[in-house]
Amino acid sequence: MAVWLSRSGNVARHLNGKMGSLGILNRSLLSHPEPTHQRNSLPTSPIEQSYRNPAAFLGNSGTLFAVRHFESIQAETHHDSRYDEHENQLLDFPGGKVKFTSDMIFISESPDKRIKCYRVLDDNGRQIPGSSFQPLSKELSLRIYNDMVTLQTMDTIFYEAQRQGRISFYLTSNGEEAINIASAAALAIDDIVLPQYREPGVLLWRGFTLKEFADQCFGNKGDCGKGRQMPIHYGSRKHNYFTVSSPIATQLPQAVGAAYSLKMDKKDACVVTYFGDGATSEGDFHAALNFAAVMEAPVIFICRNNGWAISTSTSEQFRSDGVVVRGQAYGVRSIRVDGNDVIAVYSAVQRAREMAISEHRPILIEALTYRVGHHSTSDDSTKYRAVDEIEHWRSARDPVTRFGKWIELNGWWSNENESELRRNMRKKILHAIQVAEKVEKPLLADLFTDVYDHPPSNLLEQERLLRETIKRHPQDYPPDVPV
Amino acid sequence: MAVMLQGVVATAALSSSAAFDSKGAQLPTVKFLLERKGGFLVDRSDRRLAVFASNARAQGVVATAALSSSAAFDSKGAQLPTVKFLLERKGGFLVDRSDRRLAVFASNARARSASRLVTNAVAAKTDKSTASAASKIGGHEILLFEALREGLEEEMDRDPRVCVMGEDVGHYGGSYKATKGLAKKYGDLRVLDTPIAENSFTGMAVGAAMTGLRPIVEGMNMGFLLLAFNQISNNCGMLHYTSGGQFKIPIVIRGPGGVGRQLGAEHSQRLESYFQSIPGIQMVACSTPYNAKGLMKAAIRSENPVILFEHVLLYNLKEKIPDEEYVLSLEEAEMVRPGEHITILTYSRMRYHVMQAAKTLVNKGYDPEVIDIRSLKPFDLYTIGNSVKKTHRVLIVEECMRTGGIGASLTAAINENFHDYLDAPIACLSSQDVPTPYAGTLEEWTVVQPAQIVTAVEQLCQ
Repeated sequence: MAVWLSRSGNVARHLNGKMGSLGILNRSLLSHPEPTHQRNSLPTSPIEQSYRNPAAFLGNSGTLFAVRHFESIQAETHHDSRYDEHENQLLDFPGGKVKFTSDMIFISESPDKRIKCYRVLDDNGRQIPGSSFQPLSKELSLRIYNDMVTLQTMDTIFYEAQRQGRISFYLTSNGEEAINIASAAALAIDDIVLPQYREPGVLLWRGFTLKEFADQCFGNKGDCGKGRQMPIHYGSRKHNYFTVSSPIATQLPQAVGAAYSLKMDKKDACVVTYFGDGATSEGDFHAALNFAAVMEAPVIFICRNNGWAISTSTSEQFRSDGVVVRGQAYGVRSIRVDGNDVIAVYSAVQRAREMAISEHRPILIEALTYRVGHHSTSDDSTKYRAVDEIEHWRSARDPVTRFGKWIELNGWWSNENESELRRNMRKKILHAIQVAEKVEKPLLADLFTDVYDHPPSNLLEQERLLRETIKRHPQDYPPDVPV
Repeated sequence: MAVMLQGVVATAALSSSAAFDSKGAQLPTVKFLLERKGGFLVDRSDRRLAVFASNARAQGVVATAALSSSAAFDSKGAQLPTVKFLLERKGGFLVDRSDRRLAVFASNARARSASRLVTNAVAAKTDKSTASAASKIGGHEILLFEALREGLEEEMDRDPRVCVMGEDVGHYGGSYKATKGLAKKYGDLRVLDTPIAENSFTGMAVGAAMTGLRPIVEGMNMGFLLLAFNQISNNCGMLHYTSGGQFKIPIVIRGPGGVGRQLGAEHSQRLESYFQSIPGIQMVACSTPYNAKGLMKAAIRSENPVILFEHVLLYNLKEKIPDEEYVLSLEEAEMVRPGEHITILTYSRMRYHVMQAAKTLVNKGYDPEVIDIRSLKPFDLYTIGNSVKKTHRVLIVEECMRTGGIGASLTAAINENFHDYLDAPIACLSSQDVPTPYAGTLEEWTVVQPAQIVTAVEQLCQ
């Protein structure tokens, strides 16, 4: 009980307005669209009457809470004219002090203006004058651009490979290269990443090689996941990148758990988790934000709002002003960012990381972007959206081109560099695929290991039966899987 | 310590049954006096290692002269089983690889108090004679929920990565007081109160486990963990495998389940039947303070995700447990009462109904062998198999519903593996396939009662 009461005190302090350095807007959401209201002519309610005599109202409840309440009321009667008007009376309820009002006003379901989106570069890659951002060095910028092109090329070639039947499945990050690479660039290697599935760029940035990507997609012996997951379900402990799990949003509460672990160990690191607009409908999203806020966990929630959840557009997914407004509902500091603007994403994630670690709080970043590709190789998005819409975003709003223009304007990049990079990258990736295709698949024994720490008797038995079957029917067993 | 070794008898009596390993080689039986070396007793009977452990590392052999033959029989004249002590020095402490002795002791206490175990009552006070016998031995009396807490506390002391999370586990101490006092001792962060979102705090525990902690998730009632099914099945059970062994999930999920006293349908779930199919998890069910503590510790130390099923009505059971530290094996069944005529397999609360029926059966001249299977996934087919080979008749008594319950799986497993040894079809007594009604009389009749068990045994043994 004592713990709860002290927490309510904290909440009260927060409600009194704690502004951070970026000018956090903590009251903008509440708007009053109805300027005219009627003073209601209800008779003085019993509660208002007994308010004058708090003892009568609360005297019978013997809880600790009521006693504290009573004490605070007593103190206030000696102060200013709080009791003189019905308006603006302050009363304690569980959760802290709150002002009363006699105007019955419903908070609007949508604010007058949508939350603004933070961007630094305009559509032509020019830095908008007066923008606040984190400067990027030439080296960093070129590295970011390099990885964005790599990701783009990798996506194209692997997608083609799936179409050729060489891998069974693939999922591209077309249009979201800036979110992938720029956010990864703002993090440290100690920060734990829990991805959804459209963030291979983060792994790429951290040093996962083309060979490792190919090995996982082909599910061969070189895969550190031992060929157990679908393609693009990468995971690497040494890169602090948790293995992708297909169900949506399950990684969100896990991220809070990982942050809790970091907090217990007092590490100078945070957790970053990615998810799409569709994931924000899952229960796990709400609980995770809530938990993170209550537990004061250092997590950065990055939502890639790319407009589509397979065939469900955001207007069918939620009716709120996107995802950013939900942060405040849970007590989480949030920002909306242009997800196709490398510098904006980089700056926002870096600042978020600072706040998360130093202030022990979760941050929500809504990165607006567009899913240029299909949901996956099992989808044909032209079935549910206009082809010109897709084309527009693919060409005019491409984040890679946009950042390319910026580095070109700075004199760090040229057309020759561009063609050379793309040519080389294509060659490298094709080569990686050709090599990975020929590598052996994992051993049969790997079907049964890692279910538990040591295989129990029933699994050993099942393995034995399987081997017997294979011995009896060798012609039915695939030749490239070693027994 | 010496006085705890009552019930050690010569092997000759039991060599035909339990003393053989799976290859038919006879396991050695050694009489031991456990020496108190400032360490603690780790109690595990791990048959696979039994032979090599006893050959390689048996130590401290002193015949217990103090033990007379009379101590080897319980009050009903039934012979107590041979106790095999296989000591192995493992990481600096003594590992006792047999829990027969203590099972015997527990069954002693149970047998005496069984007479006072009414179907609706749960907390059975040990009678005076048991208490005085026990006081000669050492150890301390404890209630089951306290035993769970003791196990939890010991593990939290031992390993700073162990933490607890769940609803109201912190200062409230847990809805069944299994975590009482821990928040005060270890702080709010290690004993974490969570908001009400089972899927999410289970997910949180999975994430924490993948990052190196060893969390224990408490479901206020097992039924609520249905909300956590996604995280338990898709992540908890799978991520070790799908990550290629890179991430492990040493998590313990525990909570009370089973039919209580008029708690309503939603709070009377038997989740072991729903979870048993999930690959990658282990399931155990505790039934006595002794095994509750031992299984809790074993579950926490296990590298696999373990679901520990407790029962709402068993929290106030009292028993004397050793002062020394001990850990039980997660994969082992417990021999509650050895017998010759029929094998009765049960677990959790039904153990007590079975033992009460056993009293009646003994009076009628039957000699049932009662095994508390404890390990619900995987089944201890070694102990069960040996029993089947001896008695040739099996009765399963469970609280799960008929369809898809633990009994159904166990029946299949025994039929598959020991078909040749059965003289009669396996009988399974379970609850009906109905939601548990609230009305007390109706609720009583959805749960298997001792009278039904007696009738079933009589029918099987014709």
